Amino acid sequence: MPDINVIFKIAGVGILISVLNMVLKQAGKEEQAQMLTLVGVVVVLLMVIQLIQRLFENVRAVFGL
Amino acid sequence: MDTGAFLGIALLAVVLLSVLRQSRPELAVLLSVAAGIIIFLRVAGYLRELVEVFAFLAAKAQINTVYLETVFRVMGVAYLTGFSAQICRDAGEGALALKLELAGKIIILFLAVPVMVAIMEMVLRIL
Repeated sequence: MPDINVIFKIAGVGILISVLNMVLKQAGKEEQAQMLTLVGVVVVLLMVIQLIQRLFENVRAVFGL
Repeated sequence: MDTGAFLGIALLAVVLLSVLRQSRPELAVLLSVAAGIIIFLRVAGYLRELVEVFAFLAAKAQINTVYLETVFRVMGVAYLTGFSAQICRDAGEGALALKLELAGKIIILFLAVPVMVAIMEMVLRIL
């Protein structure tokens, strides 16, 4: 049973990065803001990739692929 | 049944998505992927039992298990390619989604070859 925490985590990371992005843009650090966006995407991708792996294993087990 | 759980997950994801969609579209895609996978993983237990029931019924009717396995494989491939194509379409890559669906159809056709051959053999034997 997967828990819904992943959804909260992703949304939290997204909102946090949006806020930090705004702060960095205000401070005139465009490059750091860009890097922050990249880091956020990578962090969320790591979470989602584990989910995708579980999905593939599950489908493989259920349908006998 | 946890129908309410699915409803809750979907509504929660929709609310969070509407917040994320404007500011971070790339994370919104990943969030919708995660929500879809969580819903499927929750329903997978029921699906597994259904598949077992069908396999049991087929065994009782003395149907060759190869055919039923083919049907299940086709269902799995169709689900996976449909899911992935929907993700592509969600991210705004309609062309890639179309190609993925084409690949899925070709693989399904390939999986169905033994069944088609069996039908052809049966027809030839009758004639």
